[in-house]
Formats: sequence, structure tokens, C-alpha cells
Amino acid sequence: MTDLENKIIERAENLLESGEAARVVGWKKGEFYFDPSPAEFDSKEQLRDFVYNGFCGANLSKYLIQVSKKPGKTAVFLKPCDTFSLNQLVKEHRVNRDNIIAIGIECNGKLDIEKIKEKGVSAVTEASETGKEVTVSSLYGKSVMNKEDILLIKCLTCKSKKLVGVDETIVLGEMEEAPSDRFEEVEKLEKMTEAERFAFWKSQLSKCIRCNACRNVCPACSCVKCVFDNPQSGVAAKANDDEFEEQLFHIIRAFHVSGRCTDCGECSRVCPQRIPLHLLNRKFIKDINTCYGEYQAGEAADGKTPLTDYTVGDVEPNDVFNAGVRK
Amino acid sequence: MQRIGVFICWCGSNIAATVDVKRVAEAIKAEPGVVYSADYQYMCSENGQQLLKNAIKEHNLTGVVIGSCSPRMHEATFRRAAAEAGLNPYMLEVANIREQCSWIHKDMDEATEKALILIRTAIAKVRLNTPLQEGESPVTKRALVIGGGIAGIQAALDIAEAGFEVDIVEKNATIGGRMAQLDKTFPTLDCSACILTPKMVDCAQSDKIDILSYSEVEEVKGFVGNFKVKIRKKARYVDEKKCTGCKVCMEKCPSKKGLNEFNMNLNNRTAIYIPFAQAIPNVAVIDPEQCIKLKTGKCGICQKFCGAGAINYEMKDEFVDREYGAIVVATGFRPINIDAFNEYGYSDNADVITSLELERLMNAAGPTNGVLLRPSDKTHPKVITFIQCVGSRDVSGCGKPYCSKVCCMYTAKHAMLIREKYPDTEVHVFYIDVRTPGKNYDEFYRRAVEQYGVDYIKGMVGKVYNENGKLMVQGSNLIDNEQVIIPSDLVVLATAIEPEPSVRKIATLLTASIDTNNFMNESHPKLRPVESPTAGVYLAGMCQGPKDIPETVSQASACAAKVIGLLVKDKLKTNPCVAHCNEMMCNGCSQCANVCAYGAITYVDKEFRIGGGKTEVRRVASVNPAVCQGCGACTVTCPSGAMDLSGFSSKQIMSEVEAICKR
Repeated sequence: MTDLENKIIERAENLLESGEAARVVGWKKGEFYFDPSPAEFDSKEQLRDFVYNGFCGANLSKYLIQVSKKPGKTAVFLKPCDTFSLNQLVKEHRVNRDNIIAIGIECNGKLDIEKIKEKGVSAVTEASETGKEVTVSSLYGKSVMNKEDILLIKCLTCKSKKLVGVDETIVLGEMEEAPSDRFEEVEKLEKMTEAERFAFWKSQLSKCIRCNACRNVCPACSCVKCVFDNPQSGVAAKANDDEFEEQLFHIIRAFHVSGRCTDCGECSRVCPQRIPLHLLNRKFIKDINTCYGEYQAGEAADGKTPLTDYTVGDVEPNDVFNAGVRK
Repeated sequence: MQRIGVFICWCGSNIAATVDVKRVAEAIKAEPGVVYSADYQYMCSENGQQLLKNAIKEHNLTGVVIGSCSPRMHEATFRRAAAEAGLNPYMLEVANIREQCSWIHKDMDEATEKALILIRTAIAKVRLNTPLQEGESPVTKRALVIGGGIAGIQAALDIAEAGFEVDIVEKNATIGGRMAQLDKTFPTLDCSACILTPKMVDCAQSDKIDILSYSEVEEVKGFVGNFKVKIRKKARYVDEKKCTGCKVCMEKCPSKKGLNEFNMNLNNRTAIYIPFAQAIPNVAVIDPEQCIKLKTGKCGICQKFCGAGAINYEMKDEFVDREYGAIVVATGFRPINIDAFNEYGYSDNADVITSLELERLMNAAGPTNGVLLRPSDKTHPKVITFIQCVGSRDVSGCGKPYCSKVCCMYTAKHAMLIREKYPDTEVHVFYIDVRTPGKNYDEFYRRAVEQYGVDYIKGMVGKVYNENGKLMVQGSNLIDNEQVIIPSDLVVLATAIEPEPSVRKIATLLTASIDTNNFMNESHPKLRPVESPTAGVYLAGMCQGPKDIPETVSQASACAAKVIGLLVKDKLKTNPCVAHCNEMMCNGCSQCANVCAYGAITYVDKEFRIGGGKTEVRRVASVNPAVCQGCGACTVTCPSGAMDLSGFSSKQIMSEVEAICKR
């Protein structure tokens, strides 16, 4: 157990014991070391299963929509990128911030078990990080891996190490900044011809099995009733009728979260077909930055959002169209 | 099931020449729900409307589709007729088979096929239409005029004359606008100031008109009859109520190097100034860029000498909130920047001037007190060459593609005035065409040529260059088919005009549209020339297109008539096509309220059953139908589809899309 994990559990225990929080939202030990899952802890006993290790990539903020409705305060542990999601949900009045104790915690990137498996290591029992290296222990021995090679996609281009809008923090060391530019991949797509880009997305999106994992995990996809589940909307259940409509599902979803997506990368992390869904969202983010100035959804819990706000200096639709055509 | 009637209009040959109306009327009978189908020569005629009314009654129609011209033309006509026959007017839809079909196609089979699709689309919508009821909204009996030039002044005076209060918001320190800078006016050659200043004085003296000078419109909310406008009163550092206009401050001000904008920067003015003798309000203003006290904190001379104690260096911009029923846009024009026209040497030669600069040089209140002296050496020019169409009718990209309309006439005026005042001066005019449509205009131009001996040369100028102090104007004479070089002392460029650039911001604030040249768009170029497409917003003067003073004044009065027609009403019928929220699906995320330009959406906490005998309180949107203008911004912003628009529901629109796509 790391010092960081100890500190976090200690804080969780004392929040529950003091009665300051009625419950704690964190990560619970799974069947294996590498599959901890988001969970609610109501008592000190339950905290025995609390973990915070290299595989705690899951963003806990969306759970607060339901949990914050319960009586008493809820304490939640949030990694830097998760804090942006909570802020965005507060901004959209989906989470009652008064009922939340938000604790920002240190994160230096989370690991991707699939990438480790691809390196031929299975039955992982532990992964201990030392700087740029990770020692992965398994039933069959130990191997040292380069951390950058086994990071989650979303952590490769970490957008920020800032802990925004939290009540307290547990940070023991310096958090490292992102290794690469998050728009690099988007730029590659932009440089493609229209036909190449269409072929790319067609091949990616045709892998979709409509399991809805991306939607269900997305903190921005939190509608009381999703249009795709609503028979009244006229589009429900149609989305997987044929290949074309299947593609529309993801594109409609990207439109619905545009200007609100904090780029937490959960969509791509949970996709069982490994579709790079985050690239659709990042294209929107990049365009918003270009057209309306740098904007990071969730950075503030109030203020205006470029797509739902209107100023005299706004870019003309024509310019947006032409910029799209030029590329 | 609806009982739908379909009526196909021939529009004489406008539709019938390209669309086989009989075939359309026949084929459409097979559409589910259609119980009656007919074609008629002019549906908008008295007989056509009677046909519609009779069919509604005889066939118990519950929905109607008219295939005709654009709904912008006759939707109201047909809906009124339907209402007279007892049908809810919102159960009638117009399929545009003229502007969007017959007029743009040549092939009859293709056009007929398209007309069928457009009508099927309208039928698909009508199947989902529901009867709607109009509401009422009150009218604020006060008008706003943006811009205090001759257009704004005339509109304000006419509105005030009818007994309504009107505010003029003028961004400069005085009203008067461009006309105040002009020397004489064509075709009568009367003094511009002599005819303008009485109107300015009338504005100042009217108890109905409030002049907000040195002010700008900052924010516009609301809709026709109920505009809410925030106006920024810029800090002029002089108390308007105290200043007596005595000008002692101007005499004492040590900062004398400011460019005099009123005189087209041809001479200087002090940092504290009154723009011109007849300024309204006759109150000084301090240029903060130039004032020593405001820049360095030292000086304060004007304050010491001001007997009225009007000077206040601490003054800040103020904001005024006002409500209006109607808005007139009269933002005017400016001459274009001609720095890009290197061939005329404007930037390099002081004696190459624009026509508006010449106006000031000729004016008794101008920098030379009305004596025509060339800027470089203050001598009388003996040879003056005018060049027309500088930047007008220019498709090279440097200038403007349109004709600026006033240049031919003012050049003739200038030429004539110079020949009248200085008969020893030789005057040449290079022109492409001379355009003189207007009462007494051609006579005016002919007088310049025949009576005053102005030398008109048909041809364009290629180059103006300085040779030993003479401006050599090199051009072609197309009539004699030869190249000419005219050594001149002064060259005057008839510079193209463009809309005052602030009009872009105004148009955006008013959600009114502008064309590719930044002129405000009128609602219909022929039949609704003074109305903008935004209800309650009217257009006067150059902001809408190039025009001279008589036309501007006519348009301003026309605007006033429209405004008065609106303000005399106590209530306006409101559009029933407004948004509504399905609370069961509303997330309470506030995105709809953020995009709503009218402030029609508020939020309420409501209790909902969530099963198992439990309830939960959720924040949901609520639309005020009296304020909603039915723009639909909220419906497309709502991620869950909880917001919908009556008369244009998502389902109706999707059914139209499906009808178009179905083959």
C-alpha cells in the first residue's frame, strides 16, 4: 500500500467517523488487482475494500448525480481530470454541490491493463510505480515496463494536473504534466482528405456493438431520459438499425456533449471495441478553441459557455464553414 | 385521421409554365389523408380564396396545404381565409413551389416531380399540426432611433410629431451626421447647414425627443413592441447640464494638435472641443486620447476657466436602460479608405483629396473659411481634375462592386461651384458613365457641362503622379480614342461610400441581417423596403443602401409612418408558435435559458414521482409564452429533447425530412 493510498483511506475513515460525511465515494477492490470499480462506502468496515492504485482510472463524478440526492453529505475522491467533470455537472445543476465534500487527489496517470496484456503479461497482481517505470508483478514473476507504454489513452495526453473547485486536497508529490499534445491526433484526422476521413470513421464506428458503455460512463451524457431511450423522440432504437444510423449515434452524442465535454476520456477507456471516441469530442474542443478562444469545460462551475452564449464578437457561421472547407 | 385539402396555384404562368399543375393535383389525391385536391389560376385572388373556403366547408377539411409562392408572400392571406371558413389558421401550411421550384428549374418533368415532393412534405407536416391560439403582448409607446444624421433626425421628428416619445442615440458628440459636413446640396445648391440645422434645433426643442449624444447601443433584448435596450453614455468629461457652450475652454486648452474629424482631418482642434458651431447639444467634449490632464494628471486649465463648473475629469461611462416598442436604424455611411488605390497617389500627395475633403475646403466654416486653397501650399488651384467612381463599381476587390449613387451628382455640383466662384479655373471630370436619375438631376448635370463649361472626359484614369509640383493625371479619352495627360493643381477623388462599420454590431444586436457589402437587408427589396426582417426594426438612410438626401429623408419619413403604425396599437398579436418544456425529460441544465435571447425561460423546482411510492424534486425549465418568440434556439440546444416548439415540433420537422427523403 502506498503512502498516498494510506492518506486517502485515513481521510475517508475520519470523515465517516466524525460524521462529517454520511458516505464516501471511491474505488473498491475488484476480483483482481487490476479491476477496481467505483463504489459507495457507508462505514469504516466497508473501507477495508477501498483501493487507490494505478488502475483507478474511473471518473467518479457522474455517480454524484444520484448519490448527492441522498440525505447527508457525500465525500468524493477526484483525480484532477475528474474535478473538471464535477464542476461541469455543478454548472448544469445536476449535482447539488452543497452536499458534496470534494477531495482532490494526486494522479500521475493511470494504467491500461489491455496494454499490459498486449505486452504478454497476464494475471497481474500488483503494479508499483517509480518515476517513469512501472514494476508489474504477476503470478508468473515481475517485469519492468516503461510507464508511457502502458498508460491509458486519456492519460497520455492529460489535459491538466489542476484540481479545480475542490474543498481539500491530498497530494504528496509533484504531479507531472502531460507528455504530449492532445490535439495531435485530431490534426492528423484534419489533414486527411474527406474520403480518407470518412473511411477512417467508417471502419472505426462499424466496430460499435451499441453496448452504450460510452454513453453510460460519460459525465456529460446524464440526461434524465436519453433521446436514444425515448420512444417519443422518434430516433430511439433506430440508431442501430443499419450501419449508417449506427455511425449517427456517436456523431449525435458528440454534438450533444459539445461545449460541455471536459475531455475526461472515459468514453474511449470503457469502449470494449477500443474505438477512439474521444477524438470526436476533441475535434469539437479544438474547433471551439479556434472559433471562440481557449475554453475548458468544467474549469469553472459558473460563467458562460461558448456554444450557448452569444457575443457580438462571435465568429461568423460563414467563417466556420470556410475554415472547415479549407482543410 | 386528418381530412386534408390540397390547392395547387398556377400563379398565372409563374408556376404553371414549369410545373404540370394538373398532374400534381391529380397525383396528390392518392396521398393518405388527402380528401380534396384542386388547381386554380390565382389562389390568392378573391375567387381562389373562395374556392378554399368552400372546400373547407363542403369537405369538412381539418388541414390544408397550398402549393403556391413563398409563405412570406401569402401565408397570412390563406390563413385568414381558412379562419373565415372556421378552420384554425395554423392548420394550413404553404408549400413553396414557386421561388423554390418553378422559378429555379427549366425542365418540366423535374420541376413537377419536385413540386410533388414539396407538397407531400407539407402534407406530412399538416398531419401532425395542432390548432394553435394567438396571444397578446403590450406595446411600449416609445421609439429608439440609432444614429442622429439626417435620416435619424427626420424619423425622430416625424415620430415625435405624431405624439410619441423618441430617443436618438448618436455615437458622436453632436447630431447632424454627414450632412452637417456638406457645403451645398444638389440639385438646388442650397446650403446644407441652412436646411439641416433647423431640423437639429427642432429635435433639441421637441419635448418628445431625447437626444443621447456621445452614446452607443450596448445591448438589445426583447422583441417587437417590447425591446429592452442598454445604452452606454460615454464619458464626455463635461457636464451636459452645466456647459453653456461658451467655448472659453477651447480658447484656453493648451493641447491644440488633435486632428479635426469634422473637417476631415484637414486642420487641428483642441483636446476639449465642440465639433462645430451649430452642434446639438452645444456642449463641449474632451478627447481622452489628447487631453493632457487625463493622460498625465497635470493641466486642468479648462476646469479653472470654466465659469459653469462643467468640467469633470472623473466622469465615467454611464449605462441607461430604456424600453422601446420600435427601433429605427439610421447609422449612415463613411467614405471608403482609399489607401489601396496607389494609382491615384492619395497617400503621397497632399493635393489629391477626396470629395468630402473638398466639401470642407469649400465650406465657410471649414479650415480655409471657404476659400478654395490647395492643402500643400495654400494657393488657388488653377486646374482641377475630378476622378469619378474611385472604388465604386469596382470588382477588382480593392473597392466596392456597387454604384455609390451620389458621386456623379456631387461631382457635377463641385465642378459647377468652382466654376461659379473661380471662373478662371479649368475643371476636368473623368467619368465612366454619368448617372443622373432623379428629379431635375440631368438638367443639373447638363448645366455643369453646357453653362459652366466643365470638361467631361469619358474614360478612366490610370495614374496620377507628381512632376515638378504638378499633378499629372494620365487617363484615356474614349470618345477621341486617345491617351491624355492633364497637368493639374488639385485632384479630387469621388470616393465610394460604405456603411458606417458600427452597423455590423447594431445588426448583430438586433438580429437583423446585413448583405455582403454590410448594408442592412430590407424585408423585401420592393414591397417592404424600410422594414428589416426583424419585426419592429426599421431602416432609414445609407445603412440600407447608397442614397442621396431626398431619398434618405423620404425613407426616414416612411420609417416613421411604420413606427407610428406600430406604436398606435395597444396590443400586438403574438405568435402562438412558442416553445414548451416536457418536464418529465428536462434535466434542468440551464442550456436553454442560456441561449434564449428573449429571457423567456426560467426554472422551477418540482416534485416528480420516481416509482416505488417515492418522489424527488427536480429543477425544470418553464417557458413564458408571452415572451417567447418561437426562434427555436432552445429546442436545438436541449440535449434530451425536452424542449419543443409548437407549430414546428421536432416530430413535424422530422416527418418533413422523411417525406423529402422517401422516394
